[in-house]
Amino acid sequence: MRRSLVTNTLSIAILALSTCGYAVADDKQSFEQIERGRYLAAAGDCAACHTVPGGAPFAGGLPLVTPFGTIVSTNITPDPKTGIGAWSDDAFVDALHKGVRADGSQLYPAMPYPSYTKVTRDDALAIRAYLQTVTPVDHDVVADQLPFPLSIRKDMAVWNMLNFTEGFFQPTTSKSAEWNRGAYLVQGLGHCGTCHTPKSALGAEKADVALKGSEIESWLAPDLTDDKRTGLGNWTSDDIESYLKTGSNQHGIASGPMSEVIRFSTSAMSDPDLKAIAVYLKDLKTAPSPAVTAQAASTAQMTAGAAIYKDSCAACHRDDGHGVPHLFPRLAGNGALQASEAVSAVHIVLHGSQGVGTKAAPTAPAMPAFDWVLNDAQVAAVLTYVRNTWGNAAAPVSAGDVGKYRTAGK
Amino acid sequence: MARKLPRKDVVIIGLGWTGSILANDLTDEGLEVVAIERGPWRDTATDFAPKYAADELRYAVRLDLFLQPAQETFTLRHNESEEARPIRQFASFLPGTGVGGAGVHWNGQTWRFHPDDFVLKTHLTERYGAKFLPPNMTIQDWGVTYEDLEPHYDKFEYLCGTSGEAGNLRGTIQKTGNPFEGARSRDYPTPPQKLNYGPSLFATAARELGHQPFHQPSSNLSQPYTNPYGVTLGECTFCGYCERFGCGNYSKASAQTTILPVLMRKSNFEARTECEVMKINLDSTGKKATGVTYIDASGEEWEQPADLVLTCAFMLDNARLMMLSGIGKIYDPKTREGVIGKNFSYQTMSSVQMFFDDKIFNAFMASGAQGMCVDDFNGDNFDHAPHGFVGGGYLGMVQTNARPIETIYVPPGTPSWGAGWKKAAKVNYNSAIQLTGHGSSYSYDDVFLDLDPTYKDRFGRPLMRITFDLKENELKMSAFLTDRMAEFAKAMNPRQIAKLPRKGPYDVTQYQTTHVCGGVIMGTNPTTSAVNRYLQSWDVSNVFVVGASAFPQNAGYNPTDTVGALTYWASKAIREQYLKAPGPLVQA
Repeated sequence: MRRSLVTNTLSIAILALSTCGYAVADDKQSFEQIERGRYLAAAGDCAACHTVPGGAPFAGGLPLVTPFGTIVSTNITPDPKTGIGAWSDDAFVDALHKGVRADGSQLYPAMPYPSYTKVTRDDALAIRAYLQTVTPVDHDVVADQLPFPLSIRKDMAVWNMLNFTEGFFQPTTSKSAEWNRGAYLVQGLGHCGTCHTPKSALGAEKADVALKGSEIESWLAPDLTDDKRTGLGNWTSDDIESYLKTGSNQHGIASGPMSEVIRFSTSAMSDPDLKAIAVYLKDLKTAPSPAVTAQAASTAQMTAGAAIYKDSCAACHRDDGHGVPHLFPRLAGNGALQASEAVSAVHIVLHGSQGVGTKAAPTAPAMPAFDWVLNDAQVAAVLTYVRNTWGNAAAPVSAGDVGKYRTAGK
Repeated sequence: MARKLPRKDVVIIGLGWTGSILANDLTDEGLEVVAIERGPWRDTATDFAPKYAADELRYAVRLDLFLQPAQETFTLRHNESEEARPIRQFASFLPGTGVGGAGVHWNGQTWRFHPDDFVLKTHLTERYGAKFLPPNMTIQDWGVTYEDLEPHYDKFEYLCGTSGEAGNLRGTIQKTGNPFEGARSRDYPTPPQKLNYGPSLFATAARELGHQPFHQPSSNLSQPYTNPYGVTLGECTFCGYCERFGCGNYSKASAQTTILPVLMRKSNFEARTECEVMKINLDSTGKKATGVTYIDASGEEWEQPADLVLTCAFMLDNARLMMLSGIGKIYDPKTREGVIGKNFSYQTMSSVQMFFDDKIFNAFMASGAQGMCVDDFNGDNFDHAPHGFVGGGYLGMVQTNARPIETIYVPPGTPSWGAGWKKAAKVNYNSAIQLTGHGSSYSYDDVFLDLDPTYKDRFGRPLMRITFDLKENELKMSAFLTDRMAEFAKAMNPRQIAKLPRKGPYDVTQYQTTHVCGGVIMGTNPTTSAVNRYLQSWDVSNVFVVGASAFPQNAGYNPTDTVGALTYWASKAIREQYLKAPGPLVQA
């Protein structure tokens, strides 16, 4: 009861902000407009790419490694020479909506304009208003570092023709306002699909398997659909909200690239927006992952894995694979662990991983590295064991699957 | 020449338990705080990973986590007629170093001192008369009472998530728990740890003998716990590697597992590790500290100015820093004047080993604080008049491990090496256990700390000299406590028992706890104490000296809970009184 009251109050507050936004859209100095823009810039996690860790906010210069080469993020501070201070509002909106720069040349889709195209013009202008208030930084970034022929920006016109659909978010009228708000955030500013949706050979998101999980930078961005085995089927709406707000919930703790998303973006989002995201994700009914039969406990790999688990893992993750909420991730029923590719699990066992710490859940527990003590076959065995015990079922992991990540992503 | 850094509001010397607590509280006040730590940064997954944390040779024998004598050591003599020699291998006590300090490698035994302990001199004099005390015993009242400290004990225990059972809830004695303890405002944050076989056997015997045995309070937790700062700890798995080891699975309370995750997020806090403070700097009046001078790992010397200096180092280093900085007068045993170095004390440990034929204990399944105890023979819980000594200790079955290198009990008369030892070790490893008595150590006019006239550290500063021996009062106490333990041991019906009371002279090569205390003691009078009741230097009011260095003498309990309580007590005084009106909080 208390919760719904709070939610309603906040919803009204957000509505009020939106209204103000309309009323004062022309006033670029309006507190409400700038504050809304600050919030939306966090929701869009602009800083993740446009701020170098420890560097000046939004001054760019972060190398983004893509399968096609490295591209460097641009300076989006209001510096007129090296930033975007001289851009018109329309040019800014076009960058988000159409993927074009102020000079009319094409952006590379490392800038997630295929998602940002859904952002409303009002929201884009609010972000623009906020970005005009950050400290201008004279920082000339050479963004174009892709190899030929990708170095020709005009190539992107072809790419766009094949892969890009320009268009503002269109609400689904049969769904609630909350669902639509969630869809808007997930598909648009949140650009969740940029990591979580499988990609085509050209690096475009495959719409038919949206948010079904994808590998990125030696990590798995897991399945976010309601799939019981590999997705968020075992998570409640509250679990999703808690995860996005605090970085942890009763199932696990964010680590890897998602830590940054939580630290800089979702932990700064409002409870109603996080609830809306949860409502939308819980309603993502896609074709379930193909049924998988668990490995028999008696195989040589499983018995070897069981022994390693008991020796090296059970002290924290416990014999029953339940872990400890907010401290040691639960392995039993863990969707990401049962993904077809065990890449994140391999990465974490080999190199260890620090869970995210937030103001609400500051513990930031870490998993130690095991690369110095377990060989590829042993890592494969223990992962096969945890992927196929306590009701889990997933393909076995081979020593070769492990070996290729031993140096990668370290 | 030291290079001068920008001023900070607060400089903290040492980032262990006390430094972390104070840094967290004072950054909450909005102050800019820097902690300067001589040892390395340490955290759980990288420094105490379960896969190698349980390495007895590395950590327990080679003392990997501890201060190394090459970095700093102390000289020792038994009395003023001897020439002190440097300790070249730590064994009797093991000074901590590095982030988390001695709180990284403690056992988690979390005892409150008895209310009488804080008014010891007054209490004993009133009950037995001044003549009952040895003439050169220099015990003092603390200047704080148990009632003053109770909320702060509570706060520290809820920081740690301590597992235990209350014996005295708001003045009502409970049917379980320690019936002798001071009143608690509420129960422990988590229930007691499970017991293995040895403590269960002791508890049965103790009840048969008419005592109320109770669970040793443990900061190795019985269940997951999230503390008031939002930091989550796990459940102890009884690996038996607590003391001398870092905890690999977040279940032993330490600065790392309770407070550093919150502190390190703060933009107004900075930690500088592997930086050793040379001295606290004073202005021309000698009455005000201006900051500290330290040397970093590359040998560069820096001056860090600050308005407030909190000395939170290992207690021996607290005393040494005061001496090296010229704050307060160093104690002179000839005149009995001076306060820095006065009233050094320790702990008087003894044990009784029991050898059984028909029992298997699996004592390696242990936590550092799992056990059952009785407190009937501690402090002044019994009439000392017939016995001719003062003090006492808790006793019980609190065996913290059965690690293979150092913890194998063999009966008296067994050869100390060779085939005979091996045979006895094999027979007794899993069927022998020991009871421990944790005795008090009171203070004397000829037991003290000062600067060594001969030996210097690697920076050319004098080492600190310890003048200490076990006194007749403590040896009598230990014999008494050991005899009582033997009665419990007999009731447990072993084949054989071996009584091991503490014997003099003090042997620095035998481990006897790291509970060295005193040297910068608290009190109500600047001629007999170094710091006031808020741990503020009587001489330089913007210096506070926090830790077991403040204990005027040591009680028959482990010190950490009292160190934690004193830290929160001092913190409250700094926050609520000192920051509003910097200056002496007590007029001398």
